[in-house]
Amino acid sequence: MKFVDEFREPEVITRTSAEIRRLADPSRHYRIMEVCGGHTHAIYRFGLKDLLPSNIELIHGPGCPVCVLPMGRIDDGLAIAQNPEVIFTAFGDMMRVPGTLGSPLEHKARGMDVRIVYSPADALKLAEKNPDRHVMFFAIGFETTAPSTALTLLRAKAQGVHNFSVFCNHVTIIPAIRAILDSPDMRIDAFIGPGHVSTVIGCRPYEWIAKNENKPLAVSGFEPLDILQSIVMVLRQLKADEARIENQYKRVVPWEGNRAALRAMAEVFELRPYFEWRGLGFISQSALRLRESYAEWDAERRFEIPGVRVTDPKAAQCGEVLKGVLKPHQCKLFGNECTPEHPIGALMVSSEGSCAAYFNYEHRKTAMVTSISSGA
Amino acid sequence: MCLAIPGQVIELFPDQPNIAVIDVVGVRRKVDLGLLQDNLPLKGDWVLIHVGFAMSKISEQDALDQMRTLRALGEAEAAMQEIQGYGLENTENPEAS
Ligand code: SF4
Repeated sequence: MKFVDEFREPEVITRTSAEIRRLADPSRHYRIMEVCGGHTHAIYRFGLKDLLPSNIELIHGPGCPVCVLPMGRIDDGLAIAQNPEVIFTAFGDMMRVPGTLGSPLEHKARGMDVRIVYSPADALKLAEKNPDRHVMFFAIGFETTAPSTALTLLRAKAQGVHNFSVFCNHVTIIPAIRAILDSPDMRIDAFIGPGHVSTVIGCRPYEWIAKNENKPLAVSGFEPLDILQSIVMVLRQLKADEARIENQYKRVVPWEGNRAALRAMAEVFELRPYFEWRGLGFISQSALRLRESYAEWDAERRFEIPGVRVTDPKAAQCGEVLKGVLKPHQCKLFGNECTPEHPIGALMVSSEGSCAAYFNYEHRKTAMVTSISSGA
Repeated sequence: MCLAIPGQVIELFPDQPNIAVIDVVGVRRKVDLGLLQDNLPLKGDWVLIHVGFAMSKISEQDALDQMRTLRALGEAEAAMQEIQGYGLENTENPEAS
């Protein structure tokens, strides 16, 4: 509770927290999934659990792009970059994600040409600057990021840049939510919907969750108050026995999404028949690939890739944590072999990964308390 | 990855309608406006930027709020590093990320 004073409008936070307690039926146990990794990070960072009654359990969803990407795809991308002509480019988040033979950064240490870019547009620029090399962009992300990759590809085609390609690992959020709702060991009462994905896709694509599955969903911002208000929204619905899609993040998310972004995606990408997700397995129509008309810029078509399925290291329980079956600290490797400094699983790498979030805020906090009390 | 960084449009180019110079707490970089082509921002407008592309127009108040959210999340530094890296500037040192 000590964090409350540091928040903006602490009285509103306290009031909202009280409202949540009023709405939650003490005889019920609520399981609310925050789909987006950004929310997971915020929930741990702000210690929001302390503001909720114990019968509200927050389940961390699949919305962390590096976390859900199976290791075989990283191996495939790195295999392409074994070719000395190729410059491997990716966002910083990708650089420490372990492949079978190490992360992109470790490959760089062994001599591979691996470079961070902060925008796919910069990977294209790098290709223009290096006409005698081939620049491959390792693309990851949900619908927040996919439109930027799409526009970059549109520009590459328009400008006739032929020494550039995309290794596409973009995934889509709706099929993942469907897979979670379909899985028999998963009981979810309501969802906190992703903020920035929804600026692109809008709120309509969630409507089936309310209509067919009878679950409330509130698209939420990232401030403590946003998340608490979203919890109030879904609890009110649950109390009234309703299921609707609500938009708590109206200041940024238009109900209809961003049409220009959706157009760019539709022009460049098509759905893959299926794609493997860590923890969730193969999900049909859950990922994007380049259309035939962009074959020339498709790294998967231009280069041989091993395409081998690789299982995670045996003791790593990333899949179970991703599914919400285990909490991060219940993984055998958590905090000993696997830490943000030495990640074994992808969930420990990105700040959106639940293991990293749990480690950075919950674990360090507990470790500090234990060391203080044992030292006293 | 999910970072959305608020910035103000300070320069537009009549011959390049897809490009704007934006200012994020004093750092100025070019970003792509392609995702806002249905509703292009004007000079002085505020936008949310994600991986080098402006993805939505927001109010000035929301921009200030978003910057504060990034700070509160401990992501402000990463956001500034991202902005500074646009245009391949300061990208030679991946270890620093
Ligand atoms: S602690 Fe490490 S190995 Fe275990 S689930 Fe988390 S990321 Fe995976």
